[in-house]
Amino acid sequence: MNPAPSVIVFTVLSGLGFGYLAMLGFGLVPVAGWGAFFAWGLGYGLAVAGLVASTFHLGNPQRALLAFTQWRTSWLSREGWASVLTLLLLAPQALSDWLGLGWWRGFGCIGAVMAFVTVGCTAMIYTQIRAVPRWNHWIVPVQFLWAALTGGLVLAGAGLVPAMASALLALVLVIGWRIGDGRFAAVGASMETATGLGAIGTVSVFEQPHTGGNYLMREMIHVVGRKHAERLRQIALLSVGLVPAAALVFLPAPLAVSLAAVSHLVGMAAARWLFFAEAEHVVGLYYGKR
Amino acid sequence: MTALPQSTEKKLGLVIDLDTCVGCHACVTACKGWNDQGYGVPLSDQNPYGADPSGTFLNRVHSYSVQPEEGFAQTINFPRSCLHCEDAPCVTVCPTGASYKRAEDGIVLVNEDACIGCGLCSWACPYGAREMDAAAGVMKKCTLCVDRIYNETLPEEDREPACVRTCPTGARHFGDFADPESKVSKLSAERGGYALMPEMGTKPVNRYLPPRKKDRPQEASLLAPLLDIKAGGFAGWLDRVLGKIG
Repeated sequence: MNPAPSVIVFTVLSGLGFGYLAMLGFGLVPVAGWGAFFAWGLGYGLAVAGLVASTFHLGNPQRALLAFTQWRTSWLSREGWASVLTLLLLAPQALSDWLGLGWWRGFGCIGAVMAFVTVGCTAMIYTQIRAVPRWNHWIVPVQFLWAALTGGLVLAGAGLVPAMASALLALVLVIGWRIGDGRFAAVGASMETATGLGAIGTVSVFEQPHTGGNYLMREMIHVVGRKHAERLRQIALLSVGLVPAAALVFLPAPLAVSLAAVSHLVGMAAARWLFFAEAEHVVGLYYGKR
Repeated sequence: MTALPQSTEKKLGLVIDLDTCVGCHACVTACKGWNDQGYGVPLSDQNPYGADPSGTFLNRVHSYSVQPEEGFAQTINFPRSCLHCEDAPCVTVCPTGASYKRAEDGIVLVNEDACIGCGLCSWACPYGAREMDAAAGVMKKCTLCVDRIYNETLPEEDREPACVRTCPTGARHFGDFADPESKVSKLSAERGGYALMPEMGTKPVNRYLPPRKKDRPQEASLLAPLLDIKAGGFAGWLDRVLGKIG
């Protein structure tokens, strides 16, 4: 699949933003006054920036509000509702923390749970697609949710917990790649099943249906992005796992958190690039490509 | 609504005969021609006369080489378009309700006025039946020529999809698969019509007819006796001598 910058920015930033908002909602970050204002501002900023980025790849963004209508069937629509509800539910908590009103944390806790529901909905947009075997597996929501939780913990402060979460995220990524690498074969789609000509013999492309490119090839048969897959996997593992974990344990708090957060962002961007670039759509089979 | 209908009264679709298709691309052209001027926004082209032309099409014709375990490879032309699936994943993923499957005849359509161009339906389709129009930013797909098949201003013989109407070899057939007595149902049953990628769980309506068995073994070329040349005279002597030396 095409690793479009808009979807990578969207999933990385909103994942981190909602993860951090959840930490703030649960009251796990000791902030008050202007500190709280900036902390909540960062959470809202990341989440909203991600959501705004997601509209950049729309062909007709002026009709985006219609996307709230089909929540009964569509994960994309559910994600829209979940994200708006989360941002609204957390607003009283943010206000209370900033102005020191000391309100009951009910809204914060429900909003925090909704933040993870939102990330889960984002993951399901991809997981539901059977035509992309690598995505069509429960490990995808696990990866998205764990990445959001880790991001939130890293931003929330230094210590052993975010360090361990970061190390575990690296493990979750490795498990995801191991599972993902075998998914296409496990589903059993091939040029023979795609064309139904397997009963006659082995199918190969004799001639392509068109000499130029088309939407399908640009969007779903994007092979260029996989070229440096191995190197990117190493970068992702170092950046989301080792660097933040080491920084959070050994460095003084403010430096540790900023270094770990930046490293986490870089690593997640690499991991998400691979999430799209390595995902092979079965339509490629018609073109003799993966 | 992007919920799929429980069942549809009719199941309109195509039978594509891979035995008769000669890969002339007339259906591709007819489809593009008709859908350039009727239903929805036109199918645009980008840089059509330049170095890197590209465009939106609802029907593409692939050509495959199929190698049996024994004997020569076979060339099979393979038109690919929307299969109007009963369990269409492209419909349920749509966040706006633009994608829908009609309860009356099972045709899968896009309401372009509600399409935000997110592209998710094209991801959900295993068959590459949907292409985003680069000019209009909305999703285009086969409508089964919904503006022809019910169009009473057209002569009756023209009330079928443009691809079917134009096919010079009669490799495409249009009809109702819900009726076991329809032409397409019988043809599919008779010739072993099959669905594409059943493992995707989409329950396509369209059926493909496999190529018929060749009526004579491919090894027995008509030219075989002429190819078995025995050299005589000087060439024959040379052949024998060189054979011994070698």
